[in-house]
Amino acid sequence: MTETLPGTATDPAAAPRDVVLDVRGLDVEYATGDDPVRACVDVSFTLHRGEILGVAGESGSGKSTLITALTRLQRPPAVTSAGQLLYHPRDGGPPVDLVTLSGRELRRLRWTTLSIVLQSAMDALNPVMRVGAQFVDALRTHDRRLDKGAAWERAAELLGMVGVSADRARAYPHELSGGMRQRASIALALACRPDLVVMDEPTTAVDVVMQRQILAQVLRLRRELGFAVVFVTHDLSLLLELADRVAIMYAGRIVELGTSASLYAEPRHPYTRGLRDSFPPLRAPLRRLTGITGSPPDLRRPPSGCPFHPRCGQRFDGCDERLPVLRDIGGNDVACHLYPEGS
Amino acid sequence: MAPVLEARDVSKHFTVRSAVGSTSVVRAVEDATVALEPGEIVALVGESGSGKTTLARLLARFYEPTTGEIRLDGAPANGATRAYHRDVQLIFQDPFGSLNPLHRVRYNLERALRLHHGVRDKAERNRRVEELLERVSLTPVEQFIDKFPHELSGGQRQRVVIARALAVEPKVLLGDEPISMLDVSIRLEMLNLLNRLRTEDGLALLYITHDIASARYLCDRIVVMYAGRMVEGGPKEDVIANPRHPYTRLLIESSPDPARAVDDRAELFGAEAGELGEPPSLIDPPAGCRFHPRCPFAMDVCRTEAPPRTEFPNGQWTHCWLHEDEGEG
Amino acid sequence: MRADLLRGWKVRFGLAVLAFFVLLAIFGPWINEYVLGIDPRANDLEAISAPPSADHLLGTTQFGQDVLAQTIAGARGSMFVGFLAATIGTLIAVLVGVPAGYFRGGVDNGLNFLTNLFLVMPVLPLILIVAGYMQGTGLWMIALIVGLFGWSGGARTLRAQALSVSSRDFVLAMRMLGEPHRRLIFFEVLPHLTGWIAAMFLHGIIGGVMAEAGLAFLGISDSGAISWGTMIQAAQQQSAVLRGFWWWFVPPGLCIALIGTAATLVNFGVDELSNPKLRQARRSVVKRTKTLRAAGSEA
Repeated sequence: MTETLPGTATDPAAAPRDVVLDVRGLDVEYATGDDPVRACVDVSFTLHRGEILGVAGESGSGKSTLITALTRLQRPPAVTSAGQLLYHPRDGGPPVDLVTLSGRELRRLRWTTLSIVLQSAMDALNPVMRVGAQFVDALRTHDRRLDKGAAWERAAELLGMVGVSADRARAYPHELSGGMRQRASIALALACRPDLVVMDEPTTAVDVVMQRQILAQVLRLRRELGFAVVFVTHDLSLLLELADRVAIMYAGRIVELGTSASLYAEPRHPYTRGLRDSFPPLRAPLRRLTGITGSPPDLRRPPSGCPFHPRCGQRFDGCDERLPVLRDIGGNDVACHLYPEGS
Repeated sequence: MAPVLEARDVSKHFTVRSAVGSTSVVRAVEDATVALEPGEIVALVGESGSGKTTLARLLARFYEPTTGEIRLDGAPANGATRAYHRDVQLIFQDPFGSLNPLHRVRYNLERALRLHHGVRDKAERNRRVEELLERVSLTPVEQFIDKFPHELSGGQRQRVVIARALAVEPKVLLGDEPISMLDVSIRLEMLNLLNRLRTEDGLALLYITHDIASARYLCDRIVVMYAGRMVEGGPKEDVIANPRHPYTRLLIESSPDPARAVDDRAELFGAEAGELGEPPSLIDPPAGCRFHPRCPFAMDVCRTEAPPRTEFPNGQWTHCWLHEDEGEG
Repeated sequence: MRADLLRGWKVRFGLAVLAFFVLLAIFGPWINEYVLGIDPRANDLEAISAPPSADHLLGTTQFGQDVLAQTIAGARGSMFVGFLAATIGTLIAVLVGVPAGYFRGGVDNGLNFLTNLFLVMPVLPLILIVAGYMQGTGLWMIALIVGLFGWSGGARTLRAQALSVSSRDFVLAMRMLGEPHRRLIFFEVLPHLTGWIAAMFLHGIIGGVMAEAGLAFLGISDSGAISWGTMIQAAQQQSAVLRGFWWWFVPPGLCIALIGTAATLVNFGVDELSNPKLRQARRSVVKRTKTLRAAGSEA
C-alpha cells in the first residue's frame, strides 16, 4: 500500500532521499540483576517520509523499549548496546546517527525533527502551566527570534489544527477533557514541524469514538505537514486500518514486517496470524477463535531458538535450536523456519 | 424463562463535595433496566464514563440504588448481602489489583469454600480447590496452587479470580471489563472460558466492555449505554448490523474493523469525525436525550424531553425520538 | 523482601547497634556482677569523680559510682521505657488509625477527632502535670505516659494508609466473597501496613528513650532507678559539665545518640525498600551500564 501523499513523494525506490529514519541492528539491554535482559534485539527497519509505520506487540515484546530507544529517552539501566539510528535530514545533508549524538545536539533535534506523543497526555503536559504557555515555551526554545505575542498566536493556531478551540489556550490541562488533552499534546508534538513523530499508544486512554476523531486529525495533519509516524500499540486491528506498514514484535525482535493489507490478508508468521485472529471481527461471520495459547515470554529467560516456538502450533524439529532471521518472503519480511531459505 | 437477576429502573446519584464546600450531584446511572436469564450472556457496551461500571457495582450491591430496585430470582434484593453474594459474583477488571499480593492461590479459593460451603475437612477442601483450578484450566494444578499472585501472568491471575468467584457457585457472574487488562493474545481464551462456564453451569453472565467486537463474539444480547442512560439493546447481530440509535451507529463506525472493504483511509477515518464533540458531564447532563448535542439528527423534542423506549418486532429496542412511531408501542 | 532489606549497610549497621543495646539491656546486670564485678550503686570512696583508669574504665561519679557499670545498668531502664512506650503507642495507633481508615464515615469522624485532639495537645506540659500528679513516677509510669500521649501522629499515618489499602480491589473482592470485617482488617489490610507499623515502632523506641532522658533531666523520674536519663540528670545537678567530668555524662549521652542513629538508619532502609527511587544504583549495574554505553557508541 504505497499511497501517494500530496506534497510528499513516497516512492520507496527513490531511497535514500525519501528515507527519514534508518534503524540498523538496534540492540537495547537492561543491565539489571546479574544477566542483562535484551529487550530489543537486532531491530532494523526504514521509515519513509510521510509514512505511518505501526509497531504491534504484547507486553514484553520490546515495543516500549523501542520507543524510548528511538527517542533517546531511555534511562539507565536501559542501554542501547549496538546498532544505528540514522536520521536523514530534510535538506539532504549527511545522515546523523541519533545513538551517538551528544545531549546538546540531541536537544537541538528534539521537536524540530523528532517528537513524541505519550499514552497519557497528563504526563506530557505540565499541570501548573497554561496549555498555551507550554506551546510558547517549545516554540521559543527553538526559535529565539519569535516574540511572545506571535508565539501565543501560533499556539492558538496549532490547537485549532487539532480541533481545540483557540480560547482553550489559556486553560490549564486539568480544565480540558481527556480527549482535548490528548489532542493538545499531539499539537504540541507538532509545534516545531518535526519530520518524525513517535506515538506511544496515544489513544489507549480515550474511548473508541474519540480515538477515531483523534486519528482522523492525525491523518489529515500528516497529509498537510508530511511528517512520518511510528505508531506503537497493542491494538493490531486499529493498526491494520491506520498504518501503511506494520511491524510485529515478539520477544524483542521484529518477526514480521509488511504492508497492512498483506499482513491482514496473508500473515506469514504464525504469531502474526494468531495475533490477527485474537481480534474477533465486527461484521464478518463469527467463528470460534482461540487466540494464542501460553503466555508471552519472560525476557529474563528467553526460549532457545525461535522465541515463539513454545506457543507455536506449527513448530517442528529445529525451531527450538536455530533462530530464524528476518527475510523477504513474498514481499513481507518474515522471521520463521516455515519458509526455508531459497523458497 | 424468568430472569435470575434484574435491575428495574435503577438510578444512582453520587453527591460529591468540592474543596470549597459546594455539593453537586453526579447522575452516574439513570433509569437503567436490564435482565439476565440463566445461561444467557448480555453485553453492556459503553465508553468510559457511560455508567457501565456503576451499574455493575449496583448489581453487585456495592452501592444501593438511589431509586429503582435490584431483583434476584424475582424477589427484591435487600438485607444481608452475604446471601446475595452467594448467587452474584463480580469479576474485576484488573487481575493485578483484585488478588491480595500476600495470599497464595490456595488461600483465596479456600476462603471462598469455607465461607459459603463450610468446607472444614482439609482433604475435601483440597479436592475442591484442585477441581476449581482444573475448571479454569490452570493445569497441572500443583504448579499453581501454592503460587503467589506475582508469580503468575496476567491471564493466570484472572483465571484465579474467576475460580474464586466460581468457588461460591453463583448463578450470576458480573464481568467488569474482565479482559481489557490482559495481553491481546490471551483475551480470547478468557472469553472462551467464560462461554464454557455458561454452557456447563447455566451461569448468567453480564459482560461489561467498551469493545463491541468482543461483545459480539461472546454475548447473546447487547445493551448500549451512553452518559448514564441505556440507549439501545437487542439481539447482537441485529444491533450491530442495523443500529437504530445514532450513538450506536457512531460507536460501531468508530470501532476498528480491518475486514471493512474500504480502500481510502480518509473515508475510514471520516473527515467530519473531528467535529463530533465529547460525552457530556454527568454533573449537569443535557436535558432531553443526553446524546442530542452530538447527534446529527437532533430535533427540537430531543433537547427537551427524554425519549421513551421503542420496541421492535425483532427484540431490538431503543430510546430515540427518531423511532418513536416505528415500534410496536 | 527480607533479604533485600538486609542488603544495605545502613540497615545492617542499625540493626546491629539496636541488637547490641537489647542484649546489653537483658544481660547488663549479669555483666556487671560477673564480668566487671562492680555494683553500679556501690560508692567507691577511694575514687570520687575519678577520670577513667584501670579500676574504673570510664571513671566514677561524684559519689564514687562506676560510670561503666551505671551505663550498662542504665541500658535496661532506658530500653525498657523505649520498648514499652513504643509498644503502647504503636498499639493505640493501630487500634485507632486502621479502623478509622477502613470503616470511614462515622467511625472515621469519631476516631479522627480523637486523633486530632491528641495531636494538638501540648504533650510535654501534660506529661509534667500527669507525672507531678502521680508522684513517685517509676519507669513503668513514664513509659505509660509517653506511650499514651505519643500515638496520634502514627494513627494519622496509618489511617491514610488503611484508607488507601482498603479501597483496593482485592479488599472489595474479598468483601464480596463474604469475609467479615474483622478478617478483612487483619488478613487483607493490616499485612500491607507492617512496613509502616515497623517504622512507627522504631520511632517509638527512640521517642521513648529520649522522652525518658528528657523527663529525668527535668527531674521527673524515679531517683532510685538507674537509667541514662537519671545519670545525665545527676551529672547535671552536680555541674559535671562545668567541672569537666566529661566521663560522667558522655557515655549515657552517646548511647542515646547511638540508638537514635541506629533507628534512623533502619528507617532509611525501610524507606528505600518501599520507595525504589531512593535506592542507590548498585555499583555493578552502574559499571555495566557504562561499558555497554561505551560499546554502543563505538559501534
